[in-house]
Amino acid sequence: MHVDVISLEADTYRSIISLASSDMRVGIGLPNTLDAADGDMLLSWARRADDGPFTSVGVFDRLVYHGTDPLATLAACAGVTEEVRLATSIVAGPLRSDALLAKKAATVDSISDGRLTLGLALGARREDYEEAGASFNDRGRRFSRQLHRLREIWEGDDIGPEPVQEGGPELLIGGQSDPTFQRVGRYGDGYIHGGGPPRAFERQAEKARAAWQESGRPGEPALWGHGYFALGEEAAELGRAYLLDYYEFTGPFAERIAEGLLTTPQEVLQFVRGYEDAGCDELILFPTVADMSQYDRLERILKNEWR
Amino acid sequence: MEVTRVKIAVVGGGPAGLYASLLLKKEYPSWDISVYERDPADNTYGWGVVFSDATLSNLREADHETHERLTDTFVRWDPIDIFYEDEHIRCGGHTFAGIMRSDLLAILQDRCRDLGVEMHHETTIEEPTELADEVDLLIGADGLNSVVRDAYEERFQPRIETGSAKFAWFGTEKPFDVFTFIFRENEHGLWRIHAYPGTKSTFIVECTEETWTNADMDELGETEALAYFEDLFDDHLAGYDLLAKLYSWRNFPVVNCRRWSIEDRVVLLGDAVHTAHYSIGSGTKLAMEDAIALLEGFREHGQDVDAALNWYEKERRPRVEALQAAADRSQQYFENVERYWDLPPQQFAYNLLTRSGRISYDSLKMRDVSYADGFDRWFQRYQYTPGDGTPAESLPIAANQPLHQPLKLRDLTISNRIAITEQPTSSSDDGMPSSTYLEALIERGSRGPGLLLTDPVAVSPEGRITSGTPGIYTDEHVDAWAEAIESITASADISIGIHLVHAGRRGAMRDRHHGLDRPLPNTQAWELLAPSAIPYTPGGHVPREMDDEDLEAVRMAYSAATERAVEAGFDMVQLHAGHGYLLSSYLSPLSNERDDVYGGSLENRMRYPLEIFDQVRSVWPDERPVGVTLQSTDWNLNGFKTYEAQEVGAALKSHGCDLLSLVAGQATIRERPKYDPTVLADFTESFRNELDIPVLATNYVTTYDEVNTLVGAGRADLCTFTPLPE
Repeated sequence: MHVDVISLEADTYRSIISLASSDMRVGIGLPNTLDAADGDMLLSWARRADDGPFTSVGVFDRLVYHGTDPLATLAACAGVTEEVRLATSIVAGPLRSDALLAKKAATVDSISDGRLTLGLALGARREDYEEAGASFNDRGRRFSRQLHRLREIWEGDDIGPEPVQEGGPELLIGGQSDPTFQRVGRYGDGYIHGGGPPRAFERQAEKARAAWQESGRPGEPALWGHGYFALGEEAAELGRAYLLDYYEFTGPFAERIAEGLLTTPQEVLQFVRGYEDAGCDELILFPTVADMSQYDRLERILKNEWR
Repeated sequence: MEVTRVKIAVVGGGPAGLYASLLLKKEYPSWDISVYERDPADNTYGWGVVFSDATLSNLREADHETHERLTDTFVRWDPIDIFYEDEHIRCGGHTFAGIMRSDLLAILQDRCRDLGVEMHHETTIEEPTELADEVDLLIGADGLNSVVRDAYEERFQPRIETGSAKFAWFGTEKPFDVFTFIFRENEHGLWRIHAYPGTKSTFIVECTEETWTNADMDELGETEALAYFEDLFDDHLAGYDLLAKLYSWRNFPVVNCRRWSIEDRVVLLGDAVHTAHYSIGSGTKLAMEDAIALLEGFREHGQDVDAALNWYEKERRPRVEALQAAADRSQQYFENVERYWDLPPQQFAYNLLTRSGRISYDSLKMRDVSYADGFDRWFQRYQYTPGDGTPAESLPIAANQPLHQPLKLRDLTISNRIAITEQPTSSSDDGMPSSTYLEALIERGSRGPGLLLTDPVAVSPEGRITSGTPGIYTDEHVDAWAEAIESITASADISIGIHLVHAGRRGAMRDRHHGLDRPLPNTQAWELLAPSAIPYTPGGHVPREMDDEDLEAVRMAYSAATERAVEAGFDMVQLHAGHGYLLSSYLSPLSNERDDVYGGSLENRMRYPLEIFDQVRSVWPDERPVGVTLQSTDWNLNGFKTYEAQEVGAALKSHGCDLLSLVAGQATIRERPKYDPTVLADFTESFRNELDIPVLATNYVTTYDEVNTLVGAGRADLCTFTPLPE
């Protein structure tokens, strides 16, 4: 179990991780930003994921949208699962105050017995910042400070609870810019990519490894990726429409994301193998249609076709 | 927006505009497409344009007829000729096709006419916004100085960077039958020629601003300038004249736009939205590929113009940016050729061929195996050092790859070009390297690098980075190191270097498992030393400003550590003067506010690091090398700069430094580093070739191909190698 691993010597820990990294893990996203998903559905996805083959459940974060709060959702999932990792993919850090975010994350880590992976990024949606009452323009600088503060709080005695994972929840940083990779090297445990074909992941992952090495960090950064699926023709249409809507604010980029939607077993397998070859440690596949049959289909593909 | 009969106005009748028009008209015959061009239809401005092989298949798929007519007109060749003064080197396997620009335009115009595109030549569009109001879509394909881009500047947000080199385009009847680069030095400076085939050959002259001024090019008229180059290159021109059209000298502008389209109304294509340096011959290719992608956008999205434009940008932007990155590297090369002028001609040519990063050691082997094998054989002989045997007059019949060639530093021969360098570790106790640590070091040594460099090893207890940093400041430490060295060298031909560090104000940190530079709790920290009393992190431990006694004590600590390193049996000493540790904190104005002889001017700031170097050099055996890991930039506007680092590098060289390794950043936590994988490689090669000193590259290198390319091209002498995780 994770808790045991991290209490070992640093070098031993590294070798365990690198052994594990030759076999990529696959997680499943919860439909927490999809309209049709209610609390029952979210929890039953999480409950099923706990039995495998998925190793993590992921949640999205968007304030001005009809989705659930990521950390509150994971807290609920913690209560109905025992094994699966609970991942935010990705939470916009600077939308939130440092101390409140630190406490919430430590809480989820603590009640889940050390299963939280906290993926953080800047978040590009100005309206989310406006509604949260957080300033948008200096969010990069605040983000770096926040990452520093999170560790300080998790390792300090003032603001509890004490996270179960030593040094706090596994901290992944997302984004594409140079400062992103500086943050990975300076503050993070790894990098979480924002989605795209394996080759796009590979390029960014290489930057993350290079920044890690240049920063003089021991071992390797954890590398996470994610993708979207909608299996079946009907679902594919719905899924595309959802992605174009969800990412509408990004212009040409929404097109790119919608185009990458995985709609057949073959596409899923190609994608999963591509990520594995690119050195990804954990890939989370997110549904774009809130329907339990989507879960069934993905589970079947991974159980029967992969490995 | 949904419309049934789309009305499109295209500003600019160059390759981008004409090709986009004909492709769209062919696909959607009912659309109303008009092209507006300032120049007459038979304008013959410009010389040849070049296409790479890959583009041709794109064109074939997009419009068979244009492709057929183009390929009938093309001149084809595959070698690149390089003339380094009178030395001639040819490398084949680079498939090119070329055509005169005017022939290309004529073909595209004919095709437009056949398909029913309306062309209005000699029609200048003064107000693109008015034209945009009259049509469903305005396409700005009006080149570098696009009026469409200018009219919507606030929306497109163009950024234009002007290159430092001067260039002029000429033509000549002299047939250059392959792509030809000529480099020639005269009393005014170093001239570069890019010449390539066509009905008439294209002949581009390029030089630095300085050379241009020295030759009085700003004063000379067209006739005199032509005569100047006809004379300078008379052996290549063989009596043929140089010809000019609209004679002028320019600096290359690199255009980038934040956005490529505005809603469903306006879109830019070709040079109007992006340019790429002519030395990789891709401008026309990019423009015509843009046109194809625009058509595909409409195919994909029917007549939803907004979606089609988004599709076009998402399809093209990554490809264009990748090519622009290669073009930028090529441009950097040509702007700095002087730096490479002292390389042997074979290596000069090899560096030229691999300049843009798109061609590597392995790809040259594929393109032209006899050239590439010949280079290996040359490199092997070149590496022969007098005393090691008599260099053969003839080339060896077989040779190893560059990475397997030995490197000699003083009397030390490093058996190959791969170095394993290590990140700071934290498993030691009171400086005593732990057994797990030494076992890991021995294991790394067994992997066969030419050079094994330890992670930073502290010269004194207060010089440790974390409480687990290994040290070499007691006799027990020496014994532990000696034992490990003996064990490594027993079974391998390997050189072992010790990387000496004093952490300075960056000491007393927690281990790096959860991040960098998290200060130890006060109860576990020790007193830190630094040039000035400024903590490394806000709220971190405040170091003591070093007084004379401290300066002397640290100098003696380095001296003693060096003596111990001799005793332990290390082959080489590397001093860490980067990443914000003590020596680099003297170099950086961000951490050094002293007003004595060790602060202020660069000369003062480098004084203490040089004193330490001299001390180490004087104690270390003459026949063994001393290297320095040098900060190349702080990545901070107020910090230590690259031009300063070059001066420090030059001073170190004159003090007897044998190897430089360039690192960047981490001088403070406020920085804006760049993580392009080429950044450190670029610093490394520029220090090597500007200062003429062997270098160890520390960029993230994961393949032998990269090592061979860097070493072969004279951009590095040793490479830190990081095998990809399994």
